[in-house]
Amino acid sequence: MRSHVPSYEIETPKDLGAALDRMANEPGAWKPFAGGTDLMVLLEAGKLVERRFLNIWKLPELKGIEITSSHVILGALTTYTEVRSSEVLAREFPLLCRAASETGSVATQNRGTLGGNIANASPAADSPPALLAYDAEVEIVSSRGNRWKAYSGFHVGYKAMDLVADELINRIRLLRSKRDWKQHYRKVGTRRAQAVSKVCFAGAARMQQGRIADVRIALGSIAPIVLRATETEKMLTGEKPSPAVRQAAQEMLAREITPIDDIRSTARYRQRVAQNLLVEFLEMLAT
Amino acid sequence: METRVIGKSVPRKEGREKVTGRARYVDDLAFPGMLHGVTVRGPTARGRIRGIFFEGDIPWKEITIVTAKDIPGNNCILLLIEDQPCLADGLVNHKEEPVVLLAHQDAYLLGEARRAVRIEIEPLPAIFTIEDSLARKEIIWGEDNTFKSVRVEKGDVESAWSVADCIVEGEYETGAQEQLYIEPQGMIARASPADGVTVWGSLQCPHYVHKALVSLFGLPKDRIRVVQTETGGGFGGKEEYPSMIAAHAALLAWKSGRPVKIIYDRAEDMAATTKRHPSKTRHRTAVSSDGKLLAMDIDFTIDGGAYETLSPVVLSRGTIHAAGPYDCPNVRIRGRAVATNAPPHGAFRGFGAPQSVFALERHLDRVAAAVGLAPDELRRRNFIREGQTLAVNQVVHERVEMGRLMDQAFEASDYHVKRKQYSTENPGAAIKKGIGFACFLHGAGFTGSGEEYLASEVAAEATVEGRVRIRAGSTEMGQGTNTIFSQIAAETLGLDYEKIDIAQPDTANVPNSGPTVASRTSMIVGKLVESAAREIQTKLFQSGLLEQGYDAATFAKACGEYIGRFGALESLIKYQHPAELHWNDERYEGDAYGAYAWAVYVAEVSVDTRTAEMRVENFTAVQEVGRVIHPVLAAGQIEGGIAQGIGLALYENIVWHEGRMVNAQMTNYIMPTSMDVPRIRVFFDEIAQGRGPAGAKGIGELPLDGTAPAIANAVAHATGADIRRIPLTPELLMETLEKAHA
Amino acid sequence: MPEGSGKIQVRCTVNNKAVTFEAYPMARLLDALREELRLTGTKEGCGEGECGACTVEMDGALVNSCLVPAAQVEATKILTIEGVASGERLHAVQQAFITNGGAQCGICTPGMILAAVNLLRRFPEPTEVQIREGLSGNLCRCTGYTKIFESVVAACGESERDA
Repeated sequence: MRSHVPSYEIETPKDLGAALDRMANEPGAWKPFAGGTDLMVLLEAGKLVERRFLNIWKLPELKGIEITSSHVILGALTTYTEVRSSEVLAREFPLLCRAASETGSVATQNRGTLGGNIANASPAADSPPALLAYDAEVEIVSSRGNRWKAYSGFHVGYKAMDLVADELINRIRLLRSKRDWKQHYRKVGTRRAQAVSKVCFAGAARMQQGRIADVRIALGSIAPIVLRATETEKMLTGEKPSPAVRQAAQEMLAREITPIDDIRSTARYRQRVAQNLLVEFLEMLAT
Repeated sequence: METRVIGKSVPRKEGREKVTGRARYVDDLAFPGMLHGVTVRGPTARGRIRGIFFEGDIPWKEITIVTAKDIPGNNCILLLIEDQPCLADGLVNHKEEPVVLLAHQDAYLLGEARRAVRIEIEPLPAIFTIEDSLARKEIIWGEDNTFKSVRVEKGDVESAWSVADCIVEGEYETGAQEQLYIEPQGMIARASPADGVTVWGSLQCPHYVHKALVSLFGLPKDRIRVVQTETGGGFGGKEEYPSMIAAHAALLAWKSGRPVKIIYDRAEDMAATTKRHPSKTRHRTAVSSDGKLLAMDIDFTIDGGAYETLSPVVLSRGTIHAAGPYDCPNVRIRGRAVATNAPPHGAFRGFGAPQSVFALERHLDRVAAAVGLAPDELRRRNFIREGQTLAVNQVVHERVEMGRLMDQAFEASDYHVKRKQYSTENPGAAIKKGIGFACFLHGAGFTGSGEEYLASEVAAEATVEGRVRIRAGSTEMGQGTNTIFSQIAAETLGLDYEKIDIAQPDTANVPNSGPTVASRTSMIVGKLVESAAREIQTKLFQSGLLEQGYDAATFAKACGEYIGRFGALESLIKYQHPAELHWNDERYEGDAYGAYAWAVYVAEVSVDTRTAEMRVENFTAVQEVGRVIHPVLAAGQIEGGIAQGIGLALYENIVWHEGRMVNAQMTNYIMPTSMDVPRIRVFFDEIAQGRGPAGAKGIGELPLDGTAPAIANAVAHATGADIRRIPLTPELLMETLEKAHA
Repeated sequence: MPEGSGKIQVRCTVNNKAVTFEAYPMARLLDALREELRLTGTKEGCGEGECGACTVEMDGALVNSCLVPAAQVEATKILTIEGVASGERLHAVQQAFITNGGAQCGICTPGMILAAVNLLRRFPEPTEVQIREGLSGNLCRCTGYTKIFESVVAACGESERDA
């Protein structure tokens, strides 16, 4: 049942400064509104709690992909379509491109943004596992200034994050250090397109003489937040991905994740599939 | 038979309107002064209404409020019987039961008002499963929770058990399935004591709605008018529920004196309207060591939900189709439709048959394995042939070539090679492949004496310009009624397809050609269209104004002269039941259907063992449906039905909580997208022996019957899983495989 | 009831015509098109961006009009199904849908056609995978998609003229 449309306000600030001032002057009163692919769904379901929104969709300060010798820096309003069509990302950050191409449909990808995906804080979001695997950093901005923060640790609980009322996600930064890592992304959704994920897996590893020298493992839909399996990573570091190690890693992962039953899947299925996808990744590393 | 228009893929009659966005669906219409209407539903699965409270900061005086006491006639949605109220009065029997109706011109305000109505209910114990209903844990309907029981007996099953070489038993389940037409349900009504009641809406059966409104308002038949607007898909979902919405819109219009529009949003449509009946089937089969079926004992139960609605007829079709296209000397089928406190389940393409066919075709793969035969070989040894009798003791008087259909399907799909290849390659593979099939039949038209009772009528009329208009209550909802009726009339009259018009279904203007359901439109109503067109021609011949060998110009001239001389040139044809068809409703035997479509479908799947995700890789559908009237439309029917069957088999899982669908969003109820449906290859083996025009039979429901079991059998081949239930979600498959290995 | 800031005036271009309409800032573009501008060819199937029946182009990009608030429509260019044909001359995609059975009930058709027109602009000779992916946001319950793919393929060679 749709929410009461007349009681919502949307204001379009003239630039980022104006938006941040608005948010600073009335902390918590205004929520940023980007491509609307999450907020409008809540509106339709009668569950859009906030009433006042700042339309940031066209703010140029939040747009664009910047490439430096060390980083790729993505404006918070970078859409999935833009992610998919970036050559640098396709070459060096394939997990993110896969995530973008498996999110929603063409229309959703035209409107859905990376910043929005992070701020919506859904544990089932498709791009956060990829961002975690790449050690992404997030730039938070407010009228008080800006700060860079590791994306790992940004989400602190179900729909909770390290972001206060007057702050906005400005940019996402990826260090161009993993192009030689072996990478694996897999979204297990309810169907092959337009699907919410039941389990989402992103893994990247630097291999040295058959051993795992460094590794990132991130999963979605298996805990209240998108999660990096740090214990499993630790355990794997320095190991050869042998059958015995795979078995042990699988058991470690099982303890790190806390999937639940919901209308899309079961805890049992998610637990099993997460482990199987880890094994699939480790088998790939072994080849 | 040589044909000119039949068998040609002419452009869809209303195609241009549809591709330009000009076609007008119910929500596209707006009347001056129109109000929006909404439904407030009881929040409890079963209970006594203690009070209705209008709360919140809402200008209630501005809002039209209707409850049961505002109903001028019978408070029921009349269908087969009078058990389902239009608005709950005293008791509620499911969580989506309508209790209060509201109308206002401001849709936004109305949404708030709906949230501010509180219905206080004293709960009563409710039941939600077939088992609890059969066990009579609570009696929630009638004396024993049973809407209908039927029993089919052929030979004596008891005589077979002792002589059988092998007896195979099994239990199979199918879940509910949402029709998920992309146009949600909706109605607009105008109603007043002075003008009577008129409704416009998205619907399959205008005369069903008409009958329900006559009873609800207690008005004479001619004071009620039902008009079908362009309908964005039905699949059975707009067979009976539109009567409910029409009733609600009409009551609000009656009370407010203004036109009222009710359009369901997707969540309400999915949760409140009908779905496919969930089912449980038990098979016990006696078979000889050489694979001959000796006895089939089948117990078929469907969950009808809280009210009877169409459950008896769904049960009937499901029961009759439960023994399939096989010759077996001894068959017993016990069918039951039982009550639970869920919203009533209803018509959905296939109408009970997909449920019982799934059980049978899964079971026969298991029977084959038990006697050590290939699954195709077992079927071949038992396929029914012309002159043999079906389970209901109907002698088959048409040519049946099941073996030939199987040969064609296997050749087109390379079945034997792949079956062997996959069996060899699968061990150790992470992605396993499988190929499976199903053999089945589907009866065209109403079951048994249904068509005789319906006594459908079709009219035709000619204009002075030489155009001919067909008037019938049969509806276009995408399947092609307008187009094939035009082809049939054009063929009969020797005119161009473009010269034929189809009247908008409007009970004030068209005769009752029966509901648009049951794969009856081509064969039964199409035949009436043919006769109605022929009678126009005959009248012109008899009047001496027209002679054989005419062209469009002379036809037009003759029409003009006829109308000038005698007045209207029109015809009205009434259905004549074929004298050779007999059905005994008490003994449940005889000619259940005037003709059957026959088919063999082959599915190829891949299964990712890491995730248990299944994908249909290829699909081959071979069927004999009599003469194909329009090859493109017919193939479109089959392809669309198969896509729905893929959904039924693998994706479309309704998550229930205490009788309410809790995943009532398109995000969480998963129908196939363009990425989930494979290339579908459709073949028609035409034997023009149907009772329809040029030998046509029925086609609409057929593809739903065999798709799911073909897929399930393919997954079983790929994985070895003992599949007993659909939807076969990855979660269920994984659990099944883990249990088998444990 | 809580009150917002009232309706706003939105100026934009719809099917190459400058238009102005009034709407609440959170009102859906879908409702503005259907109710304020009486362009009812754009359909509502789900209201949550899942079915694609309400697909339109906004500044050349496909969007679900049920997920676009009026406040974001200001100064944009919208193309709806009513603007796809040139007068009475159908777009090649529209003609192909008629010829190849791509439309059955017709309710997904306007959105599907916009998705197909957009796809052929991006990929004039799409592969089957590109067609499947390009249309995957548009659900069709009637056709099983086969006849829709055939329609898009048939329109390929033709649509360059119309683009």
